Amino acid sequence: MNHQPILEIKNLSAGVEGKQILKGVSLTIYPGQVHAVMGPNGSGKSTLAAVLAGRDGYDITGGEVLYNGKDLLDLDPEERAREGLFLAFQYPVEIPGVNSTYFLKAAYNEIRKHRGEPELDAIDFLALVKDKMKLLELKEDLLKRSVNEGFSGGEKKRAEIFQMAVLEPKLAILDETDSGLDIDALKVVSQGVNALKRPDNAQLVITHYQRLLNFIVPDFVHVLVDGYIVKTGGKELALELEAKGYDWILKRETAKV
Amino acid sequence: MSTATETIEDLVKTEYKYGFYTDVETESAPPGLSEETIRMISRKKSEPEWLTEWRLKAYRHWITLSEPTWQKAHHEKIDYQAICYFSQPKPKKDAPKSLDEVDPKLLETYEKLGIPLRERGRLAGVAVDAIFDSVSVGTTFRKQLAEKGVIFCSFTEAVHEHPELVKKYLGSVVPYTDNYYAALNSAVFTDGSFCYIPKGVRCPMELSTYFRINAANTGQFERTLIIADEGAQVSYLEGCTAPMRDENQLHAAVVELVALDRGEIKYSTVQNWYPGDEKGVGGIYNFVTKRGLCKGRHSKITWTQVETGSAITWKYPSCILLGDHSVGEFYSVAVTNNYQQADTGTKMVHIGKNTRSTIISKGISAGHGQNSYRGLVKIHKSAANARNFSQCDSMLIGSQCGAHTFPYIEVKNTSASVEHEASTSKIGEDQIFYCNARGIATQDAVNMIVNGFCKEVFKELPMEFAVEAQKLLGVSLEGSVG
Ligand SMILES: Nc1ncnc2c1ncn2[C@@H]1O[C@H](COP(=O)(O)OP(=O)(O)OP(=O)(O)O)[C@@H](O)[C@H]1O
Ligand SMILES: [Mg+2]
Repeated sequence: MNHQPILEIKNLSAGVEGKQILKGVSLTIYPGQVHAVMGPNGSGKSTLAAVLAGRDGYDITGGEVLYNGKDLLDLDPEERAREGLFLAFQYPVEIPGVNSTYFLKAAYNEIRKHRGEPELDAIDFLALVKDKMKLLELKEDLLKRSVNEGFSGGEKKRAEIFQMAVLEPKLAILDETDSGLDIDALKVVSQGVNALKRPDNAQLVITHYQRLLNFIVPDFVHVLVDGYIVKTGGKELALELEAKGYDWILKRETAKV
Repeated sequence: MSTATETIEDLVKTEYKYGFYTDVETESAPPGLSEETIRMISRKKSEPEWLTEWRLKAYRHWITLSEPTWQKAHHEKIDYQAICYFSQPKPKKDAPKSLDEVDPKLLETYEKLGIPLRERGRLAGVAVDAIFDSVSVGTTFRKQLAEKGVIFCSFTEAVHEHPELVKKYLGSVVPYTDNYYAALNSAVFTDGSFCYIPKGVRCPMELSTYFRINAANTGQFERTLIIADEGAQVSYLEGCTAPMRDENQLHAAVVELVALDRGEIKYSTVQNWYPGDEKGVGGIYNFVTKRGLCKGRHSKITWTQVETGSAITWKYPSCILLGDHSVGEFYSVAVTNNYQQADTGTKMVHIGKNTRSTIISKGISAGHGQNSYRGLVKIHKSAANARNFSQCDSMLIGSQCGAHTFPYIEVKNTSASVEHEASTSKIGEDQIFYCNARGIATQDAVNMIVNGFCKEVFKELPMEFAVEAQKLLGVSLEGSVG
């Protein structure tokens, strides 16, 4: 690859309330790539996503992160979003009283303002939304409701990817988007994610299951255990993990030390 | 953890924009209250004997009362002898005969407050009565209203020009014996707005009164009386601001509404008196008695209030549903921030048959703010098939504020139906971060969430003022998309 990486995580350490969670993570993502991060519960996957998205309350204790060559950790979370970073939440948050379409239009226009483009009015925005709804086979009434309020688990996940489709991020981080989706939904959502793939953007997919990676085929699979990336491989690594679990890597890694 | 909460709290600490003081020559009575003070006020206003007597009766009753202490609001004892009960901008020569003769400094003040009184700059389709300290400085669009037979003028003028109406309705809904502050107001009230909509007339424009406290150490005691005759309809709005001062100032108003058969009154308030600083120093004590009487059959009174100002707010706009099939509504948003305290709610008193009432209350507390909803739904024995629905929601921003709900229900007729719902929610860090992660800055996120929370109430405000109210809360307009 001779062009600039979208994301360069260099030896990142981070913790919360005095507890060290990420202990030196390095990861480089180039445009056009899909990376998967797998790992046991509590290994720090969501923490990595949260730190990248800029959630408050984490102490960065070491390392750096470059996003399109710029210091990512220096930006406020909303600035990161406006620069094209998108986090599909593991647990999307309900915001009662705030209409979904209105919310998404505000988010969309923030990005446009940031780029110096004119804001889209309600009518133009609605036309754009209709298009993307088809892609994700999203039920129209969900958009008339308050943000995520009373959505089923699967509906919430689908709505996250719908937001991604509308906002067209440069770097999308999907945190366990597959959990909570039934088989058919998984297919639709994965197809949606694939359709959004372009040579100039990238995806970081966090998952526990190889199944998702049959649909969203990663270029690289990283295994995060206890705050370290203990192994990186191709898509076949996911199959191996599915068959053998995480133990064998752990044993080999400890043997190496 | 704490950092996110702090930023939310910082954000709601927006500064008070209306805290300036207008330097006009005033004519003020010395502080203190006695029968002589009242006679002086009455004399200044060349009032008829019966009104002077009414004031004195109210005063004599007031001195037998003591300040109420049951409300959930704490304040230093008020020294009623230290308050000045009459203050007015010094008339240039004679009293201004039209708005063009009003002191330009006063017009400028209202301009600055976004209430243009000058001919050209007037709010489209809204007639305004502007009250500066104790007196009305002018009323707009009077001619256009008079063509329809609508009377809209200052209370003082009404006393002189429509004494029969004033005499008939003054104190008919809120008698001077009603409570401590109503008695005080009845004794010393200086001006206010008067409005009468004749039979069958639908008032052709919004009516509004803008109250401005300017002078220091002055209490504002205004009195508003609105009468909708048979089949008449009117929508009325009041707005309020005051300069920033370190001492507390008392505002004790009385509002009386009367709706006859099929008469409808929609009374909206955007209350933005100076709330005090972020340490709780200064601010207005807003102790107000507001009550509407649905006297006729099928009459309707709607109270909508957005209460963002005042150090202490203590008010219960109420409806007495006397006429059969009459309807009372109360929609309220009350915001308390820093050290503000609000104890507000309503009373719906069902007397007539098939009377209906709706109560929607949204309390928002931030900082160290304390917000109480206090409401009474009373169904008399005579009120067959009365219906009430109440919903009281509280939202907390940060962890040092409080929300309290005191619903009282008294039902004496078994055919009545009374429903009460309540909820408390908190703007969470999770919600803010979720918005941030979608490119929405924290201030906008808070506005969006608060605005969403208050939607049902804002819907009830006249269009022109809904926008103002939302801005007041620092809330961006939520579009009607989807
Ligand atoms: N605010 C917090 N306070 C204390 N511990 C925390 C906090 N946030 C995360 N942790 C801990 O950090 C560790 C990593 O959590 P994280 O959510 O990143 O795991 P994960 O890999 O996403 O797990 P899962 O697969 O279950 O989603 C866990 O042990 C978790 O309990
Ligand atoms: Mg996780």
